[in-house]
Amino acid sequence: MHPLDKLFNTRQKEILNIYFTAGYPNPESTGDILRLLEQHGADIVEVGLPFSDPLADGPVIQHSSMVALQQGITIDKILEQLSQVNISIPIVLMGYLNPVLQYGFERFLRNAARAGASAVILPDLPAEVFRAKYQAMYETYGLYPVFLVSPQTSDERIRMLDSLSRGFLYAVSTSSTTGKDKQFGDFEAAWFRRLNGLKLNNPVLAGFGISDNRSLRFVFDHLPGAVVGSALIRHLDASKSDYGIPSFMKHLLNPES
Amino acid sequence: MNSNYQPDEQGFYGDFGGAFIPEMLYPNVEELRQNYLHILGSDEFKTEFHRLLADYVGRPTPLYLAPNLSERYKTNVWLKREDLAHTGAHKINNTVGQVLLARKLGKKRIIAETGAGQHGVATATVCALMNMECIVFMGETDMQRQAPNVARMQMLGAEVRPAKSGSRTLKDATNEAIRYWINHPDDTHYIIGSVVGPHPYPDLVARLQSVISSEISSQLLSHTGRSKPDAVIACVGGGSNAAGAFYHFIESPEVQLIGAEAAGMGVDSGLTAASLHTGSRGIIHGSMTMLMQDEQGQITEPHSISAGLDYPGIGPMHAHLFSSGRATYLAITDHEALQAAFLLSRLEGIIPALETAHALAVLGKVSFGENQLVVINLSGRGDKDLSTYMQKADSYASVR
Repeated sequence: MHPLDKLFNTRQKEILNIYFTAGYPNPESTGDILRLLEQHGADIVEVGLPFSDPLADGPVIQHSSMVALQQGITIDKILEQLSQVNISIPIVLMGYLNPVLQYGFERFLRNAARAGASAVILPDLPAEVFRAKYQAMYETYGLYPVFLVSPQTSDERIRMLDSLSRGFLYAVSTSSTTGKDKQFGDFEAAWFRRLNGLKLNNPVLAGFGISDNRSLRFVFDHLPGAVVGSALIRHLDASKSDYGIPSFMKHLLNPES
Repeated sequence: MNSNYQPDEQGFYGDFGGAFIPEMLYPNVEELRQNYLHILGSDEFKTEFHRLLADYVGRPTPLYLAPNLSERYKTNVWLKREDLAHTGAHKINNTVGQVLLARKLGKKRIIAETGAGQHGVATATVCALMNMECIVFMGETDMQRQAPNVARMQMLGAEVRPAKSGSRTLKDATNEAIRYWINHPDDTHYIIGSVVGPHPYPDLVARLQSVISSEISSQLLSHTGRSKPDAVIACVGGGSNAAGAFYHFIESPEVQLIGAEAAGMGVDSGLTAASLHTGSRGIIHGSMTMLMQDEQGQITEPHSISAGLDYPGIGPMHAHLFSSGRATYLAITDHEALQAAFLLSRLEGIIPALETAHALAVLGKVSFGENQLVVINLSGRGDKDLSTYMQKADSYASVR
């Protein structure tokens, strides 16, 4: 069974997906960070493929991408590191289309699947282009495509993007770039209720702006799961062998700590 | 117009174009896509647009037969004087049109990116006129080398926000503007300054700038009895002035179209902005086009002495004109551009923008016949570049 199906078949709530940028804080850290995230409570890990011009991301992820690229990280190196790590939680690759196109789209999917990835998120891949050119390719290699929706996305389009997605649908909490810490309130509650009301095929995970236990709990109260990214990257500490991950995850998951 | 050179429904010019954008931008871009042709075609828009172009911008700009350049190059060199448009460059045509469009869409705030500052000044100007809030993103490096234009934007009431990432030039300013738009989707219109970005921007900007080729055609007819020149030459960063100067001649294969891109220190020097000569197919700022990138698909930093051409990509329409062979693109170095700028200043009494100087340098590289009509789009004036020119004045003192 596909690892994401296996996860969502056994759990329907409080799914925690943690994003980090591959090659940051140092070129060889990817495997260690994956193991630490699994040990400390992540249900899914989202591995960011660094890009020079990450349009949907804020300064934190942009900076981590720049550092990773300056340190010589490449798609091949990332996939090599993934293939050597032994974790059982699903790995989702998140990147931008241009580096994938230069690598070769089919070659990327084939090698990503071989390296153990379960799904791919490419925020700037248009749904129409995906359907026409790449959907069958994803199926060939058993990789799940995950699309993003935002509060500005119409119901009709949410349904369309849900029908193209497999594993889960990624809901941006508000229209924003990543890394804007925010207080979740009525707007987000209404948006999450709207998503629930659509009775979508896929479980919905919300991301962007979730930085602490309070915001995480808010999302968990409304949706099956959440994605946390910039907040972790801000805490990754190259000087410690555990990158500060145990304490970050403890604070994220426990209200009293 | 039925043509091989107009974009299809998805905004593709052949293999180039499209809208490769994150979902957070989709509603904004889709709103524009669904409305722009209807609004641009409405009588109300056309009347207001042309009234402002005539009375506020000062159109039509002259088409001037440059006698001394013509004698020097043994042909007939006509200069389309976009430098005489209000704010000193062709950029104002686009901003007048897009601010009118934004008002029709009910937007309250305008954002823009700028390299040389000409698009930022043009945007700030029209926002002042129409009482719209205006934020202009500009690379920190460009803010230093184009300080007069920063001051102008601020005097016009715009907020200029420095882009501090990457090479701190036009690419980074564009990234910041797009991010701002993602974070303010409802009340903000993003005026892209060139024929770049996701569909429908390349087509929208080309249509608004097509007033240039329309005027060239009618002015040439009244001056010479011919409505079509033998050649049209324009500089290309993103490519908006070239798109405007080429527009009505694209379907006439007898008109030679020549673009001048910035070679910087030379196409093989590693310090260049010549995206067609050194680039390959890829995606930048929402569009499939030719761009400078490494083997990993990471976008590389461009270099040009002119801030307005210092961009690693090019509009998809130009990528298509290039790959189909319809237009020729020459790479002009910083040195060649400076030489051409000093030459025009001394021969014709016109100080061109550094960007425009790249187009003028084509005259030294391509020979035209004695009876031919060659139109150069003089896209902007050089006041903003005076400090660069003064730094180089000694080296070019002998240019005559």
